[in-house]
Amino acid sequence: MTTEIKLPFDKGYVRSFSKEMGEPEWLTALRTEALDMAEELPLPKPDKTNITRWNFTQFEKHIVPSDDFSSLNDLPEEIRTLVNLQESDQTLYIQRNNRPSSLRVSKELQEKGVIFMDIFTAAREYGDLLQKYFMKDGVKPGEHKLTALHAALMNGGVFLYVPKNVELSAPVQAVFVHDEKDANLFNHVLIVAEDNSSVTYVENYISTVEESNGIFNLVTEVIANKNARVQYWAVDTIAKNTTVYVNRRGVTADDARIEWALGLMNDGNTISDNTTYLMGNGSSGDTKTVVVGRGEQTQNFTTKVIHFGKHTEGHILKHGVVKDSATSIFNGIGKIEHGATKSNAQQESRVLMLSEKARGDANPILLIDEDDVMAGHAASVGRVDPIQLYYLMSRGISKKDAENLIIHGFLAPVVNELPIEGVKKQLVEVIERKIR
Amino acid sequence: MAGSTLTIKDLHVSIDGKEILKGVNLEIKGGEIHAIMGPNGTGKSTLSAAIMGHPKYEVTKGTIELDGQNVLEMEVDERARAGLFLAMQYPSEISGVTNAEFLRSAINARRGEGNEISLMKFIRQMDEKMAFLEMDPDMAQRYLNEGFSGGEKKRNEILQLMMLEPKIAILDEIDSGLDIDALKVVSKGINAMRGEDFGCMIITHYQRLLNYITPDYVHVMMRGQIVKSGGPELAQRLEAEGYEELKKELGIEDETVEQEV
Repeated sequence: MTTEIKLPFDKGYVRSFSKEMGEPEWLTALRTEALDMAEELPLPKPDKTNITRWNFTQFEKHIVPSDDFSSLNDLPEEIRTLVNLQESDQTLYIQRNNRPSSLRVSKELQEKGVIFMDIFTAAREYGDLLQKYFMKDGVKPGEHKLTALHAALMNGGVFLYVPKNVELSAPVQAVFVHDEKDANLFNHVLIVAEDNSSVTYVENYISTVEESNGIFNLVTEVIANKNARVQYWAVDTIAKNTTVYVNRRGVTADDARIEWALGLMNDGNTISDNTTYLMGNGSSGDTKTVVVGRGEQTQNFTTKVIHFGKHTEGHILKHGVVKDSATSIFNGIGKIEHGATKSNAQQESRVLMLSEKARGDANPILLIDEDDVMAGHAASVGRVDPIQLYYLMSRGISKKDAENLIIHGFLAPVVNELPIEGVKKQLVEVIERKIR
Repeated sequence: MAGSTLTIKDLHVSIDGKEILKGVNLEIKGGEIHAIMGPNGTGKSTLSAAIMGHPKYEVTKGTIELDGQNVLEMEVDERARAGLFLAMQYPSEISGVTNAEFLRSAINARRGEGNEISLMKFIRQMDEKMAFLEMDPDMAQRYLNEGFSGGEKKRNEILQLMMLEPKIAILDEIDSGLDIDALKVVSKGINAMRGEDFGCMIITHYQRLLNYITPDYVHVMMRGQIVKSGGPELAQRLEAEGYEELKKELGIEDETVEQEV
């Protein structure tokens, strides 16, 4: 099916929006060029999920007006639990739909010259720095229709820049609140960690509306320069019927390391692509993902580590639970390019099915174009082991509770990684709610 | 009332359509320790699995009652809450669930909602029992049985026994694979449980364990039935003579039943 779908926003709109936001010219140009590409380019083709009939392009509002939260104490309960309000010297960005709503930057960050702010302010105040990294080495606008559309219509996001040799002890937190049914989000997160720096970033996409027919097109770029270390922890809980395309990508220079821990708990159809380019020699990437699929939703989770540098190390760990009539596809791809000698690509995907109608598929793929490497994969799709259940029940634990224990245990590898207690607790509660 | 009574009458059990137990009769009262002995493949483990309600075993005839309640009508978890406990020969490994988390869930399942054990009290009890069983304190925070050695798994079963304080416990080959030191520790745990309110059935094919735990009754199982019962002296005799003499006396040639799973 090829249909000429007209995009709802034209160049004139994009240009005037960019101007209204006070963006530098390069960004306006990038947006309008991307819009042209968005008309022409095809959708991405996630393995084993046909998305040609999904709506990624037709929507009404590019920006919804939202008020600021008047103070952190006025945050809705479910948001408040994510952030530690007792901590006065924290680093926290809260965005409400498209509106940068609140920002706190700790003394430590200010003193060390860290930049942390919404993407529009960053474009105005640090335009040249942003230009150096924005959709250059990470995600490019011209990859496919959705990356092009993202660049053209970006309407939210955050920029985090950690200067050379700066090591941050406390996590940097961003919360993207979705509380307006009509909101559509083209959010861009850009993290640049300069040589020898280290940072932990924690983000939540959270809907407080029950459902929306919105379109979320989310892109993250993490640039880890020489010997930098970035830990990126995310929990997504986006509402039912919201179509989500989320692309989180990392690029490592020599000896850099990126660690991802992703709790993907959306209730709508979701295409998630998490790719790490190990460019530099001796660099490494570690991805941990947990997923729960329920209801009628279809989700596709592609995790990729591509080895370019020598002596690079890539690990993928994915644990997913699928129930009701949900479909979850897990593609794990370890790719070793020619010349990436002594590299090591490892992956493990485990899927636990909780109902007859649920569909789960784990596809481990190794693409290796170099002889002198190591690679391995393990994958399984199965049900809760009746003997494990029997064991737990033989101690008096009810069947339901025994199942829950097994499922929580199954998802623990990622849950236990989360460094902010409130976010960890929220993830545990979301999992609880979804598997009941 | 001093102790509970587990009554097994004419129990027949099949697995995959093959009959393994062919009419077992046994009564275990609080305060008593029964040893069930016999060579491999005679139905001992099937008996323990059938009492606990293992999903693969089907009871085709007979009754099991605990203080007059029909055990066979209960789900596995109900049997446990009614006071039964089975220390398994091959405990499951459950990844991501810590030993402490699991034990607390099990204790609270017995106590019921609104009556949960306080965290402090739980930790104190667990520390105490672990020290008694000479277990590494780290084992509280390790994932349930995951990567435990054979001996650690057996100690962990006894730890659960001591924490859960059942009325009737069945220990399925708790001694197999244990070195002498571990065997002593495990025996110490079981002996600490002895009392009016605690009945126990110990399944073993070695007399060795019974040097440390003196049973009140010894039963020998062959061909899916109890073929001989007696006091502790029966175990001594088996140790001295082996099973062959007894088989001759009873006129049994092949003591095994269909392969146990």
